[in-house]
Amino acid sequence: MGKFEVNLKINNIPVTVEEGTTILDAAKKLNFRIPTLCHHSDLCVAGNCRVCVVEQKGAKALPAACATPVSEGMDISTNSAQVRTARRHVIELLLSEHRSECTSCYKNGKCELQDLANEYRVNETTFMKLVENKGYTIDDFSPSIIKDDSKCIRCQRCVRTCTEMQSVSALAVVNKGEHQKIATFMNKPMHSVVCTNCGQCVTHCPTGALIEKNYIDQVWDVINNPELHVVVQTAPAVRIGLGESLDLSPGNRVTGKMVSALRRLGFDSVLDTDFTADLTILEEGTELLTRLKKALVDKDTETALPMTTSCSPGWVKFIEHKYPELLPNVSTCKSPQQMFGALAKTFYAQKKGLKAEKVVSISIMPCTAKKYEANRPEMRDSGFQDVDYVLTTRELAMMIRQAGIEFASLPNEKYDSIMGDSSGAAVIFGATGGVMEAALRTAYEIVTGREVPFENLDILPVRGLEGVKEAKVLIENVKPEWGFLEGAELSCAIAHGLANAKILMDKVKSGEMSYHFIEIMACPGGCLGGGGQPIPVNNEIREARMKAIYEEDSSLKIRKSHENPEVIALYEQFLGEPLGHKSHELLHTHYTGRKKY
Amino acid sequence: MTDVKELIQAKVKCIGAKREALMPILQAIVEEKNYLNEEDMIQVAEALDLSTADVYGTATFYTFLDTVPRGKYVIRVCKTISCHMAGKDEIVDTLKDLLKVDLGETTPDKNFTLMQANCMGWCHKGPVMLVNDDIYTELTKDKVIKIIHDYMGS
Ligand code: SF4
Ligand code: SF4
Ligand code: SF4
Ligand code: FES
Ligand code: FES
Repeated sequence: MGKFEVNLKINNIPVTVEEGTTILDAAKKLNFRIPTLCHHSDLCVAGNCRVCVVEQKGAKALPAACATPVSEGMDISTNSAQVRTARRHVIELLLSEHRSECTSCYKNGKCELQDLANEYRVNETTFMKLVENKGYTIDDFSPSIIKDDSKCIRCQRCVRTCTEMQSVSALAVVNKGEHQKIATFMNKPMHSVVCTNCGQCVTHCPTGALIEKNYIDQVWDVINNPELHVVVQTAPAVRIGLGESLDLSPGNRVTGKMVSALRRLGFDSVLDTDFTADLTILEEGTELLTRLKKALVDKDTETALPMTTSCSPGWVKFIEHKYPELLPNVSTCKSPQQMFGALAKTFYAQKKGLKAEKVVSISIMPCTAKKYEANRPEMRDSGFQDVDYVLTTRELAMMIRQAGIEFASLPNEKYDSIMGDSSGAAVIFGATGGVMEAALRTAYEIVTGREVPFENLDILPVRGLEGVKEAKVLIENVKPEWGFLEGAELSCAIAHGLANAKILMDKVKSGEMSYHFIEIMACPGGCLGGGGQPIPVNNEIREARMKAIYEEDSSLKIRKSHENPEVIALYEQFLGEPLGHKSHELLHTHYTGRKKY
Repeated sequence: MTDVKELIQAKVKCIGAKREALMPILQAIVEEKNYLNEEDMIQVAEALDLSTADVYGTATFYTFLDTVPRGKYVIRVCKTISCHMAGKDEIVDTLKDLLKVDLGETTPDKNFTLMQANCMGWCHKGPVMLVNDDIYTELTKDKVIKIIHDYMGS
């Protein structure tokens, strides 16, 4: 069922493309780049900025390349004098309402608007500057995100992201005409509305209007304080993303270089969130098996199934708002970041002979919601704030630049001990389906004493970018103590991106589908596509990062969480057993229902 | 005070709970109580399962859907080009003088709110203004004084 083909000319070069292709994509095929602002390949077409205009022979107006499909015989010019003037005026008009203070702007050097202003050699004086009359506001109350209306060009990428990809719609276009702006309900601060802090709007904003709240200076301060012992943990997805912010192409694994860089920045101990990802698997896997036992054997009606994962703080806040009635279904396990934080100021401090109040714990995360998570009042079980500062992958890259470290030529170094060991199962936490795969590798083996029946331990059905995935695992020949699971089929589902999470959870809620275990990641692609990861992001980049994650997994000797030697030692020396008393105290938490609308 | 919840439910019953119901419901509430407050918009969002930001965005797009309390009489002077050229500034100044309020403000007795609005389709008879739903055309300073005095008397 082939689509019709359309022949046209772009800059006098003939090209044939499928019907329905936009002028933008047809030009791309010929390696002509047309500038865009409101367009993003993750989102539906908006066509509101007009910076992508081209000239079409015979047409009166200049069509917008991102919103105009090709037609037979079209004769397009992407770079005529008229086109260039029109584009320059579009940019100048945007800038007339824009607080162009690039030198002090967080996005300086990484801003799509700035790039275009540079490319089109804009003239400051073509249009009157209106910034002074605008009464712009800055919202920096959220621990995760800063929203600065004076940098906003109203391209609405954030609104479409929050609605289409995340089904949250915390942001909307309000007012009209000259007063139009992007706002929350009643212009409330972002931290007080249904926003999940996922940061997808941040990774999709072309300017400095939505940025992460950065804690770089605070982190330099603690590093420079000789009184303090500063430990840093790095999330699984950072090691396959960081390179992009330091001039490497997507899909580069830079684990060893990242570790060297962190050491050179002056952290006292460079440790791995992967360690607590493995720990999470033991706690969460045991929790799942316990829930299954309670529900199937003890016929306990209080036990909620399916159990969902809890490591994505954007997801946690989403379910707290949208499905408060399903909170008993969420695993009580803290996320790996928070397990790490709680152990850093207890177990780690004891082992190293440090006073807990002298230990500062920093985490490097692909995520903006982690900043919020670290600030939750529940996350102080060590007696202190368990994680003091959370930096995104982008902020770490910025520190590496500030320190003048030439990243690409760094040697590969190893994590410190203790709490630096990782299994492949922990690494794949960074990809959608990864937590499920890691949990299955361990739970199956606990119950049957054998490895999961997938070649090379690769559970392929749970991998990939499909929005909602399902998998079934038959459990046979179990160990005697797990007799009640003999012949059972464990039914699992996975969703990434909150819009997909909503599709899945609606089905669970209505009873249309029933599962035992559900993995949800707030961000499309999982953490590898997190709101704190390098910008830009699109599916091609997500695929490259995903490939790198699974390569990292395959490259490791230990690929199952329960075989992580430091995790085994942790249970022997400190925790006792999964779901034991100490675990409950330090590694588990509870959730709070929040307003739905 | 009417119960907004009941009003919404009645509307949903006859036009459904799809997104298309948003405008009619917002209009009905404004008709009933002059403006939409935070609580009203939350209830609409809940009834239609929309986000509150979405409801707020829609409400603020339309000049006639107020999101702050207004006076008993809402005066809207057309500010679009034909009326502008026909002298709407003098009309606005007269109203400001008469009511002792600025644009966007409400008189202390909560009787009048003075606002501007976009073209109302009476361009050939500008300048024009609306007082609630009633249109007044070909305004002059004297005409405005008379109209407002009539409202003050009523
Ligand atoms: S948003 Fe971009 S153009 Fe605007 S000040 Fe920041 S860097 Fe400059
Ligand atoms: S905040 Fe950013 S993404 Fe949203 S409209 Fe403004 S410039 Fe566009
Ligand atoms: S952080 Fe996520 S939920 Fe919050 S406004 Fe941005 S996209 Fe929406
Ligand atoms: S990129 Fe085409 S209109 Fe904005
Ligand atoms: S310009 Fe005033 S009614 Fe049209």
